[in-house]
Amino acid sequence: MTQTPVLEARGLTKQFPGVLANDAVDLTLYQGEVLALLGENGAGKTTLMNMLYGLYQPTEGEIWVKGEHVVMTSPNDAIQHGIGMVHQHFMLIPVMTVAENIMLGVEETRGPLSAVPKLGRLNRREVAERVRELSGQYNLAINPTDFVKDLPVGIQQRVEIIKALYRRADILILDEPTAVLTPQEVRELFVIMRQLTSQSVSIIFITHKLKEVLEIADRIAVMRQGRMAGIARPAEATQASLAEMMVGRNVILQVEKSAAHPQEVVLQVRDLRVNDDRHQPAVRDVSLEVRAGEILGVAGVQGNGQRELVEALTGLRSVAAGHVEIAGADATHLRPRAITEMEVSHIPEDREKHGLVKGYSVADNLVLNRYYREPYCRGPVLDEERIARDAQMLVERFDVRTPGIETLAGNLSGGNKQKVIVAREFSHPVKLLIANQPTRGIDVGSIEFIHQQIIDQRDAGSAVLLVSAELDEILSLADRVAVMFEGRIVKTLPIAEATRERLGLLMAGSEDAG
Amino acid sequence: MAPIDRQQRRASLLRRAWRGIQIPLLAIIISLIIAAIAIIVTADSVPVGLQKVGRGYWGILDGAILRSSGRINTLVAMTPLILTGLAVAIPFRAGLFNIGAEGQFVMGALVGTVVAIYVPLPPVIHALVVLLFGFIGGGLWGFIPGFLRARLGSHEVINTIMLNFVAIFFVNFMVRRPIKDPNPSTVQTLPILDTAELPRLFGTRLHVGFFIAILLAFAAWYFLFKTTWGFSLRTTGLNPNAAEYAGISSKRQYVISMVLAGGLAGVAGIIEVQGLTRVLTEGFAAGYGFDAIAVSLLAVNNPIGIIPAALIFGVLRIGGDFLQIRAGLSIHIVSIFNALILLFVAAPAIIRSVFRVKVETVREDQASLSSGWGG
Repeated sequence: MTQTPVLEARGLTKQFPGVLANDAVDLTLYQGEVLALLGENGAGKTTLMNMLYGLYQPTEGEIWVKGEHVVMTSPNDAIQHGIGMVHQHFMLIPVMTVAENIMLGVEETRGPLSAVPKLGRLNRREVAERVRELSGQYNLAINPTDFVKDLPVGIQQRVEIIKALYRRADILILDEPTAVLTPQEVRELFVIMRQLTSQSVSIIFITHKLKEVLEIADRIAVMRQGRMAGIARPAEATQASLAEMMVGRNVILQVEKSAAHPQEVVLQVRDLRVNDDRHQPAVRDVSLEVRAGEILGVAGVQGNGQRELVEALTGLRSVAAGHVEIAGADATHLRPRAITEMEVSHIPEDREKHGLVKGYSVADNLVLNRYYREPYCRGPVLDEERIARDAQMLVERFDVRTPGIETLAGNLSGGNKQKVIVAREFSHPVKLLIANQPTRGIDVGSIEFIHQQIIDQRDAGSAVLLVSAELDEILSLADRVAVMFEGRIVKTLPIAEATRERLGLLMAGSEDAG
Repeated sequence: MAPIDRQQRRASLLRRAWRGIQIPLLAIIISLIIAAIAIIVTADSVPVGLQKVGRGYWGILDGAILRSSGRINTLVAMTPLILTGLAVAIPFRAGLFNIGAEGQFVMGALVGTVVAIYVPLPPVIHALVVLLFGFIGGGLWGFIPGFLRARLGSHEVINTIMLNFVAIFFVNFMVRRPIKDPNPSTVQTLPILDTAELPRLFGTRLHVGFFIAILLAFAAWYFLFKTTWGFSLRTTGLNPNAAEYAGISSKRQYVISMVLAGGLAGVAGIIEVQGLTRVLTEGFAAGYGFDAIAVSLLAVNNPIGIIPAALIFGVLRIGGDFLQIRAGLSIHIVSIFNALILLFVAAPAIIRSVFRVKVETVREDQASLSSGWGG
């Protein structure tokens, strides 16, 4: 590996009103390396990348690209300097072909009018040719005439990478690229990343997954609270040492957990069928049971029916066929409120969409699904004193970091938003807990806390249905694991038999060898 | 501990109140300045223009506030503006945009007037029953778009606009034919029975309806912010998905908010008849239902804020005439002024950048109308 710096941040500082998002950050990217950028949510990774990509102007400090001091005022400038970014949420237009998506914004034209900017006919053939070339050069296996909507997520990501390469980027910023992939797809992505670096493309790989970092990175930059906490080399680092750098203290990665003592069946699901928003079957004949005092983990790549399953169980989506029983009572076609009344707590997958009202105070969010009954109201009149008193108590007990209970929930960080939801859902007796992605996208400290809370609920006798796309979460919390693939539960295993490899294969739909 | 808490709460309430009114206040100031520029530019010379601005603005102030007859007229004009303003604000809190206050206003007036003319009842009771029927008439007219939105997802903006025309022309038809005063020289109904009238005060045009409107504004505030019903309604407006999660039926909230809105606009209509006109005529509504949108926006959809907002638009309505008389300016200057206020209140980013007001990340008064537009 040559030691030529291609991208350098020198003392970058970004001051937002009231927040110092980046504080004199230095970062050097050498040619042909994978530099992992690790940090909790809110550590300043995104701010740093947005400055390197021209979206923000640094308050102080300089950016050097290939030995040249540059000032970038837009992503176009960044592209000019060979910097490309693959966002976590793809910026693709589903109804267009791969080639059309790639040429979007840099259209090549032909014909008599092509001398005039923005006129002339699109030169699809030439674009397709170049896409094929690039695809071959880096082993990306992309067909330029496919429609994006027909492609699996992993391939769409490659389209994003080609998009950057097509614009002659040789510095790639990948923002949490593995969040949406199966373990197998992650493997393929890593192969592609190596292909790219071997041809002297340099990569900044943003993530908060420690295992991946150790596997792929040449060097690891860790950020904490807007500062560069240090640079580590994978050979010398361990997951524990990296976590400590990220959080600034010792972190227990594996939650302490005793053996489960399953009691009576609380949730009984038989032959459940649920349709998705487009009225296509999403959950196909799922049967499962969860007992009091155990955690059933549902593993699977996102989009294999988990969301529809959880929404059907919590009353948010109608059941097409089958039966749901909660604590012996039929709960198949009940409305959400009736299910809540059966002492079912629900941590929804999307906290911003379902879990919180961002324009409400923390206190109001803490009674979001209880406000209509004792002790929070007298008749139709809200008891604000009581709501405030309980909110104060919950904020302290669940360690929600907020300026006060009157602060709007939308102004809290992701981890604290999630803690508000957990506090609300655990603030009353829980017979059944349904948690969907309870720790997605939040900081390590909050994850640790929420995991402990879920275990405590189990030990207090709740039945827990835990849906997660994070294998580590399933492996560390669940007592039994059900793997979902294309709407079916393909296998249910006791945790002792569930290895990462076996689950990965099952999640990808392969036949189970075990 | 507790008293400190309360003090802090009060301080934060004050701060929030200030944040709430600074944009509307600055919008009014900047609108006054721009309208003045418009007057100066269209005048023969700058000195003449300046003189016209001075005379015109003084005329508004003098005509609508300083003289006692003007004050009374302003309060009278405020009354329907408060009620129709509430008719826009309440659905807004549920995430709906009610453009139909005008139609609900005339339908309430129509139903109420029929009862006021043809159903004899004892005094006081008659007036109250007529008010109730005004609420029912407007409420039904609000129910239709609310129900259509809840049941079929058809957009309330389109439906309320169309229902305005239906209501206005239906009332015109009723006034011309079925309930016309047999006296052939006029196109209006018979006068309502004395028992249905709202008493006037101090021998002026000011009637009890004004106080009913103020009372209802406070009631609406209490309903929205202090009751579980209001909590359900606001939750739906701020995040319909979270509302479903919390066991609130968004559809029911859509219907409830539109019925309440229509009812209040209907009360506004019938109060005009009971307290002021005593008859229903063609072209009765006079745009109160449309000014209501501006009133509600200026009040950032806060029922209490609607009272001062209605005052401002009441002043403009009454003072507009003096603009004409005193400065020889067109009455349309008032329309320009109204439009400017609306523009700046609806686009707070402009005000923020002009006056460098800091943005708060999330604001409670911003219901998610955008999702409503998507249908």
